[in-house]
Amino acid sequence: MIELQNVCRTFTVGDQQVAALRDIDLRLDAGEYISIMGPSGSGKSTMLNMLGLLDRPTTGTYLLDGGKVSDLNDEQQARVRREKVGFVFQSFHLVPRLTAAQNVELPMILAGIPAEERKARVQVLMKNYGLTDRADHKPDQLSGGQRQRVAIARATVMNPTVLLADEPTGNLDRNTGWEVLRLLEGLLEQGITLVVVTHDAEIGARAHRCIHMLDGRILSDESLQNDPK
Amino acid sequence: MKLADTIQFASGSLRGSPTRTLLMMLAMSIGVAAVVVLTALGEGARRYVIDQFSSLGTNLVIVLPGRTETAGVGPGLMSGQTPRDITLDDAEALLRSRAIKRIAPLTVGSATISRGALNREVVVAGSSSDMLGIRHMSIAVGSFLPPGDLHDSASVCVLGNAIKRELFGNGQAVGQSVRIGDRRFRVIGVLASQGESMGMRTDDLVIIPVATAHQLFNTTSLFRVLIEAKNRDAIATAVSEAEKIMVQRHSGERDVTVITQDAVLQTFDRILTALTMAVGGIAAISLAVAGVLIMNVMLIAVAQRIKEIGLLKALGAPGKQIRHLFFAEAVLLSGVGSVAGLVLGYVGSFIIGKVYPMLPVSPPWWAVLAATLTALGTGVLFSVWPARRAAKLDPVAALAGK
Repeated sequence: MIELQNVCRTFTVGDQQVAALRDIDLRLDAGEYISIMGPSGSGKSTMLNMLGLLDRPTTGTYLLDGGKVSDLNDEQQARVRREKVGFVFQSFHLVPRLTAAQNVELPMILAGIPAEERKARVQVLMKNYGLTDRADHKPDQLSGGQRQRVAIARATVMNPTVLLADEPTGNLDRNTGWEVLRLLEGLLEQGITLVVVTHDAEIGARAHRCIHMLDGRILSDESLQNDPK
Repeated sequence: MKLADTIQFASGSLRGSPTRTLLMMLAMSIGVAAVVVLTALGEGARRYVIDQFSSLGTNLVIVLPGRTETAGVGPGLMSGQTPRDITLDDAEALLRSRAIKRIAPLTVGSATISRGALNREVVVAGSSSDMLGIRHMSIAVGSFLPPGDLHDSASVCVLGNAIKRELFGNGQAVGQSVRIGDRRFRVIGVLASQGESMGMRTDDLVIIPVATAHQLFNTTSLFRVLIEAKNRDAIATAVSEAEKIMVQRHSGERDVTVITQDAVLQTFDRILTALTMAVGGIAAISLAVAGVLIMNVMLIAVAQRIKEIGLLKALGAPGKQIRHLFFAEAVLLSGVGSVAGLVLGYVGSFIIGKVYPMLPVSPPWWAVLAATLTALGTGVLFSVWPARRAAKLDPVAALAGK
């Protein structure tokens, strides 16, 4: 489904070239549960952004369903993000002036979905994530766990094929973190591809496939025994 | 993204920072209001002047004795002659022109008017029945001078409203007699109060037949001949034909001046319109200033909402959509701002109209339209750069707040 071939990403910091990703070759198949681990600065977040089309390779090729992403223009790439990719961030990134329900609705507004359908879909999701009585609350009136649940609802409202989670439990206490993780893992049953970036070894070990990164390179890519298949 | 959603989202983000939004709208509305009020004043002055001229009569052409030269010494002085008088027969001859609808000769002098023990000095105008229509006067009680031969010297008079009140109080004047100079006159009518028109108060005027006035003042010359042209297009013909007739009758000498009220009116009209536009233009500068303010605040908004922009991109908004959102904000801001400005401007004009009741203050439609369009235009124009800047943000850096 997603294939990175020989991908490099370099940033210019001052007059120095810093390589965040070096010669990455990676293949992701539908329905996989992958964890990306590594110390900070190892390029795992850049990798996630790359997978989510937020970042572009400096050199190398990104193939999505066999097609080159570099051939797509800004609008088409945005469309891919809208329809195929869901993001969950460490710091939630909810819009503070919008209510929980409005935050979940946002991707559908951007996609131009009619208001009635938006409302119906938001209602279903809010119920599924146990947020119905929090629907009209602003993010600052919600607990961390609730915020991340709203963020997950927002990431899944467009029924994406890939869910990219960047340290989704990083800002949560241990119990809430597990709750959120279980919520994400539940999405696997719907056939979603789940990629979790973490430096918590315990969380990373739950995936079916664990990728270790260091200095922008893939150190190891191992299948774990958790895979139910 | 649907248009309605774009507008709703934009208005939501405007409401998110109410103080900033209000201040920007205030700047915009003051600019629009300034244009509306100032042009309303200019337009009011223009209409005031035009009304004043129009109250003199429409399609009015005036013949006066003597040639007015723009430079040098008049021909009369060179030959040692004074200009010939305009006589009643000259005035009647003017009616030969097909472009001329009617005429009213005018002789002016002053005399003492008295009734019993009451007497005062008044301006006496000798004229004819057509004076009423040509000068747009109206009668309150009785009738105006009777039509008929201009040479008829009947001893009748029409009193101005103020004179009537001074001599007769609230009593009946028509049918009574007064003494003007050394003659007795029967009052046949009283003019309706008209107030001042171009410095001449008809309220203090006494009008008698022109032939009677000639006898009273022992003269045969006319002060003016008022001519009403058939219509607006006939004014030029009326002028040239009046000149031709007068030259003919004065043995080939051009010793009269023919002026049109229209020419004077148009000059004033042009000057005052130009003035109104200049004042409006100056006020429009404040709109440009408001535009710069909008740009400044928009740039701050882009910086403050950088994470939100990054998020929108991550959620699948292309750059174009981000640009549209900021555009929509600018249009909303300047739109609501200019509507508020229009309301403010109209209220201001209304108050000025109350303070200066003689000025017909009303903002001209072109100024209102121009102010609104300029407001919207500057709003959109000055949001182009901030909107582009937002659209071009790198989503990863934006999400990180960098």
